[in-house]
Parts: sequence; C-alpha cells; structure tokens
Amino acid sequence: MLAKRIIPCLDIKDGRTVKGVNFVDLRDAGDPVELAEIYSREGADELVFLDISATEQKRKTLADLVYRVAEKVNIPFTVGGGISSVEDVDVLLHNGADKVSINSSAVKNPQLINNLVAKFGSQCIVVAIDAKQIDGEWIVHLVGGKVPTERKLFEWAKEVEERGAGEILFTSMDNDGTKDGFANEALARLSTELNIPIIASGGAGNMQHFSDTFIEGKADAALAASVFHFKEIGIQELKTELKENGIPVRV
Amino acid sequence: MKIVIINYGAGNIQSIKFAIIRLGYEAVLSNDVQEIQNADKVIFPGVGEASSAMHKLRDSGLDKIIPTLKQPVLGICLGMQLMCNSSEEGNTTGLRIFDVDVVKFDDTVKVPQIGWNQITNLKSRLFKDVEEKEHIYLVHSFYAPICAETIATCDYGLAYSAALKKDNFYGTQFHPEKSSDVGQRILENFLQM
Repeated sequence: MLAKRIIPCLDIKDGRTVKGVNFVDLRDAGDPVELAEIYSREGADELVFLDISATEQKRKTLADLVYRVAEKVNIPFTVGGGISSVEDVDVLLHNGADKVSINSSAVKNPQLINNLVAKFGSQCIVVAIDAKQIDGEWIVHLVGGKVPTERKLFEWAKEVEERGAGEILFTSMDNDGTKDGFANEALARLSTELNIPIIASGGAGNMQHFSDTFIEGKADAALAASVFHFKEIGIQELKTELKENGIPVRV
Repeated sequence: MKIVIINYGAGNIQSIKFAIIRLGYEAVLSNDVQEIQNADKVIFPGVGEASSAMHKLRDSGLDKIIPTLKQPVLGICLGMQLMCNSSEEGNTTGLRIFDVDVVKFDDTVKVPQIGWNQITNLKSRLFKDVEEKEHIYLVHSFYAPICAETIATCDYGLAYSAALKKDNFYGTQFHPEKSSDVGQRILENFLQM
C-alpha cells in the first residue's frame, strides 16, 4: 500500500539553513546536508529545500548544495525557490535533485510548466501554490503570501494538473505559522477534484494535525518545518502514532 | 569491479552514482559501447518519457547493444520499462528483453504514483536479506503488469511488477538509490551477483 509521506522542509539562504534549528546533536546547525542526513535517519520520507536567498551567487550555491545532499542522502528530495527556467531545472536535476518545485514563475508564465514537463517529465515537476481566503474565496498569492493574484486556487490547481505537473504542494497562508492544523477542507477538495498527489503545507502544530490532514484533508503527503526543526514533534514518534491511527506510513 | 552506468542523456544518474559510491564501489558514466560491454555490472537508468528515451538509445545504437550484454544488467524505473516489449507512453517499442507490455495506470488511482510502497512476493537473490513488505520509493505513471518474469510485486489499485528478471537482466520499477537502507541493500545484492 502506498504510504502517506512526512516531509520536513528546510529553508535555505546562501547555502545555509535559516530557520532556527534545535538539534543538540548537530555539529553545525546551519549545514543543510547534516540536517538532511539526520532527518533521513529519523525516517523522513522526502525532503524539501526551499531557497530563499536572492543573490547573484544563488544559482551556483544552490546547485552545489544539491550535489552535496545527493552525495549523502538516500531518500528523494525536492528543490524550490526562484526557479524560473528550463536551464535552472536542468542544473538542479543534473546535480542530483529528484524533483523541483516552481511557484511564482509558473503563475507568471504557466507555459513554463508545459516546457519543463516536456523536457524532464511530470514526475519531477512540483508546482507549489500559496493561497489564502479573501471574502470566502481561496486566492493564489505570491511572495510568501504577500501579493494577491487574480487566480483562484481550484482553477489554478486544475490548470496546473492539465499542463502536466506531477504533484501540487499547497500552502494555506491562513494556516501557515498558526500551528492550528492544516487547511483540510481546501485540501480535500483539491485531492478530490484533481488526480495528482497533493502535499499539505501550513499549520502543523501537533501529531493529531497530521492525522487529520491525511484523513479529513485526503492529503498524500504533509510538509512542515518548525515543528520538526525545534523537535516539538519527532518524525519517528509521529509515524508510530499515525500507524496506530490506521494511516499507512513507512516505519 | 568495473561498474558502468549507461549515460544516454536520460535522467538523474548522479544519484545512482552516489549510491554506488556510498556502498564502497566506483562507477563510470558512459555511452561507449566497448566500455559498456567490458563492464562487470551495467546499470541502465532512466527518468522521463519512454519514446524520447528510446529515440536517444537508437541514435546511439545502444538499443542493439543492451539486449546482447552478458554480464548482470540492472534497469531502473524507465530503464526497466524500456527493457520490456513496448510502452504505451508515446507508443514506443522497447528492447524486448522482458516479455511484457508497459501500460498506464487508470484514473481510479492518482497518477503519477509518487512515494513509498511495499514490495511483496520477492523471488530473487536481488532481494537477499530484504523482508516482504519493505517500503521502496517509486515515481511512475506507467507499469509492467505481472508476468512470468516478475520477481517482486507492488499494489497500486492493482498488483503489478515491482521488479523483473530474465537471465542476466534485472529491472526495478522502484529507485533503489532513493529507497533508504532497503534500496542500498538491493543495490548491493545486484553488485554482488
């Protein structure tokens, strides 16, 4: 049976992890490779590296990081943040990334999705969508939820699927940072209306939230950052708990 | 031991190379016929679309060479699918090593299947010291149905071939290089054939 996936997300700036991490056993808390190895050992199913730096050096630093992660880690990982061309993706996949995630560049130029899928295949193209509710309507936002667009979540998600994306990473900006749980209603609708896997993101605060997003939210995978980085939730114990709740997981 | 990863411009081969290095071996990326023929072990990777990958194989003449190899050969993911008779993806013929036709998952399941699924009915030395129902990592939209050459099965809406074997040819639909410790074990088993 296909297992539900638990995905820690690492924010990267200039090749270093930025969100405070609370791993006492880390030699270098800012080294994404070491953190990735730890998560992998603890049973993470996949990793996402989100590059938030905006320097000239960015591309090369990120490509180097991907190479170093691929060298060490034997689980799949996705790289996102500022990717906007076929060339960007080519370098990252060549260096060992399994998937790339695009967000703003897809909204600005939806044809990019088709181009990437034609060149690299659906299986490695994740489209990340950030959205929040405005007057009861889910609206796609850019720049980490700061800039609203004219696109509605469900229409955009459908278009993304039709253009060939292999997976959608949906972050509810209403839930992100609240630790009140994932946006399960919207997630369930995405999961029902679309036929590609949906990764839930935004709102994880406790283990029950993961259980809820897999059952009520019908999510295929759940992504979180701070609850894992600050060791509020251990991946191993989370998976044991999910298993006890009858959710298929890899333990 | 000389390990060659066939480099024909398809897919994420860096990860396979790194996995082999983690096991303490070395691997060469090559599309050179002689180098491939002289290798002790050959890995035939593949990620992407079947018909365009077959084009690349034909362009380099490797489509004629691969089926004649005598040493252990391991096709991974699309590599395994290309070793079959044909694929529905781009309606292409394959290398006709495994006697089965690759078809697409129907829409009763999410496509592509992405993630960790369990392998069962393990039948080969490839799975030495690997337990039934271990999780392995897969990403695919097309699959090889169960056939006489199936040596492991997986369930996704229906049971299908997670691995195939014929003579010296092995194929895994999953990515051993991305399947954590279980995958490393399977890769090592292959390298020790």
